[in-house]
Amino acid sequence: MMIKPYGDTLNDGAIQMSFTLPVAHSAKADEAALLYIKKLGFKEVEIVHSHPLSDDFTFFVVYGKTDISLDYDKVEVEEVEKSMDYYEVNDYIKNNIGRKIVVVGACSGTDAHTVGIDAIMNMKGFDQHYGLERYPQIDAYNLGAQIPNEDLIKKAVELKADAILISQIVTQKEVHIQNLTDFIELLEAEGLRSKMVVIAGGPRIGNKLAVELGYDAGFGRGTYPENVASFIAEKLHERGIK
Amino acid sequence: MSNSKLNLDVSKIARARELSKQIAAPVSEYIDKHTTVAIERTTLRMIGADGVDNEGVPVPNKIVDQLGKNISYGATKYYVNALLKKGLTPDELNKEIGNGLDITKLDFVDFSYIEEKSQELVEQFASRVKANVAYRNEKVNKYKEKQNSPLLYLIVATGNIYEDVKQAQAAAKQGADIIAVIRTTGQSLLDFVPFGPTTEGFGGTYATQENFKIMRKALDEVGEEIGKYIRLVNYCSGLCMPEIAVMGALERLDMMLNDSMYGILFRDINMYRTFVDQKFSRMINSFAGIVINSGEDNYLTTSDAYEKAYTVTASQFINERFAFDSGLPQRLMGLGHAFEMNPQIKNGFLFELAQAQMASEIFPEAPLKYMPPTKYMTGDIFKGVAMNTLFNFIAKATNQGILLLGMLTEAIHTPFMQDRYLGVDNAKYVLNNIADFANDIEFKKDGIMQTRAQEVLDQTIEFLEEINENDLFTAIENKKFAEVSRPKNGGKGLEGVAEKADDYYNPFYTYLEKELNIEKGGN
Repeated sequence: MMIKPYGDTLNDGAIQMSFTLPVAHSAKADEAALLYIKKLGFKEVEIVHSHPLSDDFTFFVVYGKTDISLDYDKVEVEEVEKSMDYYEVNDYIKNNIGRKIVVVGACSGTDAHTVGIDAIMNMKGFDQHYGLERYPQIDAYNLGAQIPNEDLIKKAVELKADAILISQIVTQKEVHIQNLTDFIELLEAEGLRSKMVVIAGGPRIGNKLAVELGYDAGFGRGTYPENVASFIAEKLHERGIK
Repeated sequence: MSNSKLNLDVSKIARARELSKQIAAPVSEYIDKHTTVAIERTTLRMIGADGVDNEGVPVPNKIVDQLGKNISYGATKYYVNALLKKGLTPDELNKEIGNGLDITKLDFVDFSYIEEKSQELVEQFASRVKANVAYRNEKVNKYKEKQNSPLLYLIVATGNIYEDVKQAQAAAKQGADIIAVIRTTGQSLLDFVPFGPTTEGFGGTYATQENFKIMRKALDEVGEEIGKYIRLVNYCSGLCMPEIAVMGALERLDMMLNDSMYGILFRDINMYRTFVDQKFSRMINSFAGIVINSGEDNYLTTSDAYEKAYTVTASQFINERFAFDSGLPQRLMGLGHAFEMNPQIKNGFLFELAQAQMASEIFPEAPLKYMPPTKYMTGDIFKGVAMNTLFNFIAKATNQGILLLGMLTEAIHTPFMQDRYLGVDNAKYVLNNIADFANDIEFKKDGIMQTRAQEVLDQTIEFLEEINENDLFTAIENKKFAEVSRPKNGGKGLEGVAEKADDYYNPFYTYLEKELNIEKGGN
């Protein structure tokens, strides 16, 4: 089945657009906008509104029609693994675990850069995505920077943590690998490894590396708090933790 | 506001103020006994300490590091002593400190000379700030016909101060009265202020004194061109609250985000550090005629705006109290709140209107800062426009002072140039179209809005009473605010707090206390 945008008649190909051009508002600017949209392949182009934004910029609202159509039957989508959002995670924890989960995080070892752990854990969050502290169903403890691995484990036990997050920003001379390995070994020596979900994060840490080192998951650049929260909640549920 | 639309019980408002006073009193007592590394660096900047060494460490930080525990005596006498002992100007001394001079190693001159020189330096600082205040007053007065009511507030955030200038000038031409330059991610957690003009940031631009100067000049230029005084905003929060305040005072900023508890709750900065720092920062803002903006909107992005509306009102009372304790009058308090209720709620508009009207009746002289919808903005830009229009309506109908313009593309990307224009255009349409609406309506007695406001006020009092049962420090530890627990000795920056010695010397602090008629121990 071939399809095109629908304005008020099937296959009219009508599209609305708005944009700014870096030129002063004038009759010439209107004509330029019209020509530009025609150049994109639109027909019956109408500049329905134009307005100056400043001395050198003009805003346009434009309608046009397109001849280009698409075979809908040939459209394929890849099923992407979708992370739950803030609300879904909280509901999931409430319904499947039935109590608040405890998450402890830190930049352990010598790393003093808290920007990553802060983005994931702090109330304010990052890029409009709330941090774990804001989740009503999560008790989040951000221990900050330069926390020795021993102290982090001690604190996690004291707080009855369900999950530990370790952030490593500095990766010079592979210092992060050594520290992440030390941590897992310590945790295993204490017999705690299987009792907690353990996650590594940082701009140079991928899931593959983290799993190789013995972590449950690794989160790299572009991770939002809800991605981490979803993983923890699902992992705990999978392990039958209540 | 000539008379009340909400029929609020004035004795209840008085009760809330009394509770806030009781809540703030022990905190003020703590504040008066302590100083911080940030306060000492601020004082050093007032004297003239500035610049960086060859590794980029600011001179005020170097001095405070040299002092270590001796900040208990105040940094002033060490710096002024060095000026006298070496016979240098502040600029010359800064260079020497940058090159490694340790001013704590110098013998002291007779204290009377230090006092005398300090007084001269206090006068110099004061006269520069007073000149800024006079300049602003003159321009605001000269161009007052052109300013919008509420003042329209737009944000720029490119990371590059020179690019910010272009966007800010365009925004001013589109009709903005106020330009805020958002700070780069994470600046609030730096325990120093970067130096010089900056062209790289993440989601914002570094607050530096040079960047303030560049933007001030650009806004003055465009202001003269269009016949309007364009106000400049930055962020007086984080670990450098008072330092940013003094830079703003020197470079004639007009507003500062400056909340008494935001850093504790939302940035995990230690509570003792924050409380001590916020007072001095507000004293400076008050002296410089800078309108502070408090951050109550943040509570509503955390919690449900309908259920937790009382936390906003309670925080406004507490912010007001701390501001009074810092000598800041109500006319400089841009107390914050936001239009963040779930748009699905039946009669949500009435509840928002009641809340905004209540703030306006309780704080009649305060230029309240009203924040647009963000939490329920989606990719549906058309719905976004509709929500922003209702928001603008309430701002005008309840006489808000500062209207932070909603962007139709909120939650999608940082605003395109056209998004700001559409935001201004929407607001101007509403402001003109309902210009005298507020004076022309009354609210129905015991109707939905009166009932709602009275309920929220009752809940506010209940909440303040609960906080007052222990003390504010414990209340914060016990998750009373924003549903987050902050331990008393946790968070960042506690190591930078020091108890003042009996002979602590800070003539700038003393001068401001006197100028602002501040009594010791609050009130």
